Amino acid sequence: MTKVLTDARSIRIKGRSFLAVVLSPDLPLDNWLARLDDLAARSAGFFLDRPVVLDISEVSIDKIELKDLLEQLAERNVRIMGIEGARPSMLGPGMPPAMRGGKAASDFEVPEKSEDKSAQESSGQVGVATKQGAKQPETDTDSQLRNEPIKVAEVRPVIQSLVINEPVRSGQSVIFAEGDVTVIGSVASGAEVIAGGSVHVYGAIRGRVMAGSLGNATARIFCRKLEAELVAIDGIYKMAEDMDASLRGQPVQLWLDGDIIMAETLS
Amino acid sequence: MGKVIVVTSGKGGVGKTTSTAALGAALASRGEKVVVVDFDVGLRNLDLVMGAERRVVYDLVNVIQGDAKLPQALIRDKRLDNLFLLPASQTRDKDALTSEGVERVMADLKRYFDWIICDSPAGIERGATLAMRHADMAVVVTNPEVSSVRDSDRIIGLLDSKTLKAENGERMEKYLLLTRYDVNRAERGDMLKVDDVLEILSIPLIGIIPESMDVLRASNIGAPVTLADAKSAPAQAYFDAARRLAGEVLPMTIPGEKRGLFGKIFGRKAA
Repeated sequence: MTKVLTDARSIRIKGRSFLAVVLSPDLPLDNWLARLDDLAARSAGFFLDRPVVLDISEVSIDKIELKDLLEQLAERNVRIMGIEGARPSMLGPGMPPAMRGGKAASDFEVPEKSEDKSAQESSGQVGVATKQGAKQPETDTDSQLRNEPIKVAEVRPVIQSLVINEPVRSGQSVIFAEGDVTVIGSVASGAEVIAGGSVHVYGAIRGRVMAGSLGNATARIFCRKLEAELVAIDGIYKMAEDMDASLRGQPVQLWLDGDIIMAETLS
Repeated sequence: MGKVIVVTSGKGGVGKTTSTAALGAALASRGEKVVVVDFDVGLRNLDLVMGAERRVVYDLVNVIQGDAKLPQALIRDKRLDNLFLLPASQTRDKDALTSEGVERVMADLKRYFDWIICDSPAGIERGATLAMRHADMAVVVTNPEVSSVRDSDRIIGLLDSKTLKAENGERMEKYLLLTRYDVNRAERGDMLKVDDVLEILSIPLIGIIPESMDVLRASNIGAPVTLADAKSAPAQAYFDAARRLAGEVLPMTIPGEKRGLFGKIFGRKAA
């Protein structure tokens, strides 16, 4: 049986990053769980409705111990959305998926015992999650940010661009979600460059280039010579055969206008 | 200390073995000690091109597994005293090669030879990655057509990431050897031009070997083309390439076998 596709629109697949709380247990686990209970007692509902990732890269536990830990956490109403630093063999069906590539953000300050009750209550809904917070009105989040004891313990400089000084060869892929990618050289047939921001190629694009991969519709693609197999901006893509033949081999910039990829030659 | 060169391409049938033998013989005829090593375990051919197929007793796998000493496996060329062959095993498979074993053999060979030229198998699997892993420099053999160029591009990417030199943060020297080049077909647009290939691969060129019957003829009599007919156009191109490998700077000539009008008509009819 074959399905006939009547709708020619392509499916848009995007990446998006969210902020999650990371719990890093230490050994012995009983001890750590006791401290967690202590925290929960101080601020009821600290983990409620909050995406929590379990980081077990620092503890050596086996699959059974991990399962047990997950059950213990579930009993405490801590829902684990993903596990970081686990070996593939430790994760089975029914367990949260493995997560990797996490980037550090500011630490969550845990409420202290001495704090008054009002602070404890509101601390239950500290909404810093970037998209999670969208459920609540913006101002609400703002006021909480002002009132709440969230301190920026560590601010890492955000890398905004990546410069590659050599050609990207066939079979290689450059993935840089944080910002722009500049290639001093060509992107070969069978190679790919995926960037969160714009992509600049001081050479020919013969492979695939995807800009604005995390949902950035203002990202652009620039190249000295357009011979690409595929270009994409913000999930909208264009194959070589869909491109205007007059652009082929030319210096070109590509950008997004609504749902259409626009292109013009650079003089 | 000798230099280890890997002759590689990704794609099969582009002339790796022919080039290994020809470059080896060309370097040896300059008076330097050369060994050509066949890494194509299970599909060895270098012994045939070197004309030593009846003299193989021990091979690379025997040496790696300790069944034979290195001098027992080395075969001295009958024409050049300072040219040797380390054959591959025809009966084993590539899993018989280990990284540590190859490293040990390479270290031993480096003490005795000026040049160690490794003939890589086609592909990007274990045999090919082991052949390139311990190399100091690479000769990337490419035909002027798109599939060969793309495979070479892939191999260059691997040379820059999967070799010991790359892992130590050093730069692997890579040179392009364009083989089976036919100036007439390139002019007609049936083949990529030299500049097109260079633009895509962007590594330095060490030679352009013309498509020639002399190469096939040499293989069939079991001799590197540089020994079978040193005056032929491909042999001259290999001699030049060998001199460039040794560090000499020579002007590059695009070989066009000048055929007369009669030859052209005849050549086209035959094609």
